Amino acid sequence: MRELTDLCLNKAQKAGCAYADIRIIKRERQEISLKSGNVEAISVSDDLGFGVRVLKNGAWGFASSRIISSQKIEEITSKAVEIAEASARVKDKDVELAPVEPVVAKIQANCQIDPFTVPLEEKLQFLARVDDRLRSVKGVAVSKAFLAFFKEFKVFASTDGSFIEQEKIESGGGMEAIAVGEGDFQIRSFPNSMGGNTAAYGYEFIPMLKLEENAERIAQEAVALLKAKPCPSGEMDIILDSSQLALQIHESCGHPTELDRVLGTEASYAGTSFMTPDLLGKLQYGSKYVNIYADATAPGGLGSFAYDDEGAPAQCVDLVKEGLFVGYLTSRETAHALGIPNSACMRADGWGRMPIIRMTNISLKPGDATLEEIIADTKKGLYLITNRSWSIDDKRLNFQFGTEMAYEIKNGKLGAIVKNATYTGMTPQFWNSCDAVANKDYWTLWGLTNCGKGQPSQVMHVGHGASPARFRKVQVGVMK
Amino acid sequence: MMTKEQVLEILKTALEASDGEQTEAVLVSENEELTRFANSVIHQNTMQEDASLIVRVIKDKKIGIASSNILSKEEVVKTVKHASKIASLSPRNQEFISLPAGKPLPQIDGFVEKTARTTPEERAEAVRKLVEMAKPHGIKASGAFSTSVLRLGVANTLGVQAFYQTTVASFSTVLLSPTSAGYADRESRNVSDINAEEIAEEAIKRTVDGRNPRQTEVKEMEAILLPYAVSEMFDYLAYMGLGATSFQEGRSFMSEARGKKVVSEKITLYDDGLDIRGFPLPFDFEGQPKKKVYFFEEGIARDVVYDSFTAFKEGKESTGHALPQPNSIGPLPLNLVLKPGNATLEEMIKSTKDGVLITRFWYVRPVHPKLTVITGMTRDGTFKIENGKIVYPLCNMRFTASILETLAGTELVGKELKLEKGFFGGNLVPALKVKSFRFTGQTTF
Repeated sequence: MRELTDLCLNKAQKAGCAYADIRIIKRERQEISLKSGNVEAISVSDDLGFGVRVLKNGAWGFASSRIISSQKIEEITSKAVEIAEASARVKDKDVELAPVEPVVAKIQANCQIDPFTVPLEEKLQFLARVDDRLRSVKGVAVSKAFLAFFKEFKVFASTDGSFIEQEKIESGGGMEAIAVGEGDFQIRSFPNSMGGNTAAYGYEFIPMLKLEENAERIAQEAVALLKAKPCPSGEMDIILDSSQLALQIHESCGHPTELDRVLGTEASYAGTSFMTPDLLGKLQYGSKYVNIYADATAPGGLGSFAYDDEGAPAQCVDLVKEGLFVGYLTSRETAHALGIPNSACMRADGWGRMPIIRMTNISLKPGDATLEEIIADTKKGLYLITNRSWSIDDKRLNFQFGTEMAYEIKNGKLGAIVKNATYTGMTPQFWNSCDAVANKDYWTLWGLTNCGKGQPSQVMHVGHGASPARFRKVQVGVMK
Repeated sequence: MMTKEQVLEILKTALEASDGEQTEAVLVSENEELTRFANSVIHQNTMQEDASLIVRVIKDKKIGIASSNILSKEEVVKTVKHASKIASLSPRNQEFISLPAGKPLPQIDGFVEKTARTTPEERAEAVRKLVEMAKPHGIKASGAFSTSVLRLGVANTLGVQAFYQTTVASFSTVLLSPTSAGYADRESRNVSDINAEEIAEEAIKRTVDGRNPRQTEVKEMEAILLPYAVSEMFDYLAYMGLGATSFQEGRSFMSEARGKKVVSEKITLYDDGLDIRGFPLPFDFEGQPKKKVYFFEEGIARDVVYDSFTAFKEGKESTGHALPQPNSIGPLPLNLVLKPGNATLEEMIKSTKDGVLITRFWYVRPVHPKLTVITGMTRDGTFKIENGKIVYPLCNMRFTASILETLAGTELVGKELKLEKGFFGGNLVPALKVKSFRFTGQTTF
């Protein structure tokens, strides 16, 4: 492998590049899905290729191919150089990078049981048991149970002298129950919507999902939602469950602290950010209960790694400390531009994409209370569970979320369930209204596998840890 | 880039290597080059060449799927064996009837040599022109200019053999002044249709006119949706309710609406994969010819699209709308056409007493798919209209609205169709003026 990476890096240096790196990546996936008693899909996929990034004449060029050979590596490196030369035709100053220490390392996956060695029959039997339990509840129109596994082997080499081999394994699964009525359908997902939950662990993670144990409850909730009353409209206190809060953190803190979008380089697609550099260290983003950090070292986190796609070591940094905005997610280029330490967040979606700043594991530190104490302390409100819809403006201020289910809270007690629950607000006002965060016993690290960003589009796996938290006087019930 | 002969040879190898009762092989080959700019400089500039084989093997109603982008003869055989092994281990899918048989396919030439041969220098030059035009206005330019070549081959053991190649050129920009943003894009199979100056002029006007936006009362108002917004709205309608899977499961509004008048009689919406004005695709990912399917005819709900799996369940023929396997979405229309009316944008504005002109949407998501309720924000050019005139630019607004209810209030349909890239293919849509659009919030910029 080193001969191939050297071939690329030497060619780039001979072509006059100030910097170059190459990533060679092999990925494997397996997806198994049962739907209403039938196999919806059993599929495997293999993906191999390499990408070359060069800095020439002060500008970036990137080229990639699925074919790995000496000839192709030379051809693609030349193409990357040609592209960088074209980029330099429209620039105002040369790209400069924050320094990084060269490193030679080999990192193995954090995995007890390689999920690709577990027999397919065993996985199918497990899913069939889950699906049977979902369908045992009268009124379920569609049931679904699924598992997904991912393995990646990546070599990174750069003209800085780094040569890093990293392996990663991810395992995940979940289930859904859908109930259909006249003019309505309701869904319940577990342990989360949009792919259940996934972690950077082996097959040992699957029993931890407790799908069988929760199947009948989830199915019953889907059926009950059809007859539930709609979400009330107005201003009231809300408690978000851990998984919904994870997405709230993702959209309203993770994305706006990405320094590339802050500096305008995502303006054409994902947008910019209200968390501008003049507000760093000054903006009271949230209340004193709000402590949000980016931890690329968290065990099992989908945003964890040893080194990012610029060869910089994983970091754990504060973004919001006791409510104060204190940090950014950065790359070598953006950290240099702002003169701050690099928090090492550059990742690419496979070999065919240029690395951009991505969230690692962006989490809310747990508080002191129990969830039961927070509910008991709430006079009138809603407890919102499991995301159903999400939307936020292109500076990450005005948001609206919907959840699959909510409980009314009356005089400190959970009441009836309500359907079509939504809430909306403005990011700083919302986080400043936070006055209670549940303790570490309620804290869960969620894996999200569908974070989109960039042109051409890149989908990234990221992590978010949270325990339930309460927010005062929030607008709920937006849907007519 | 793979040639037609190479694509067909790989498909042949795959079918011959299979021990299944039925086998399908799909090969998607794509070369994409994309020049991205922001803050008026090119900051990301990329090229990718990739190709992937997807093999579906059937044994006694048991289905196995394997895919790989490693395409040597040995690896192709390995991928087929993998799919075959999965099929052997899989339980029977009792709802599966058969893969579809081969049918005569329409011939379309979607390939434009000039698009395929566009260089990084040519894309950079187009970007430079746009950047230079924006500069005197104190406007920073961002956007992306991409040119790509797509080759698709589909074959199965029941006689399907299909090949199509097409090119796509796409140039979009978001221009930023200190207080406003303006969007414009152009899409075509032919890169010669992409005019950087024209795009710059449209986006600069929007950005300049949008300076110093104000907030307005949040309420239901009349609205003019430009084609950028209309296309995205119909993409979500298609995703939520115009495919047979959601229809058969009762999750689609169509499950109870066929034959009923559900939107204004001014709305006629159909899918036409053969319309040469768009991004045509003569067959789907099962090699079935594209049929023209009407969703609304003068406001009356008609039909949904099918792949072979959902069609056979109802004893029908596929309409040629299968997506690559596996997928949980089911069949999907990729080439929506909204029949144009005869209104100009000026007439729409003149007819508006108290409303909003929306250039495009941002972060649209379904809130209740069966009720076709979506939420999202306006972006890059939102303007208040009073008494037939644009009076001032608006801060971006949030909407939470039912698409069907919005379309039921269609008052005017634009006379010009615009091509917009959709989730996969492309839509041909005009602007719309609607009686009521449900705004539910507003941001501060």
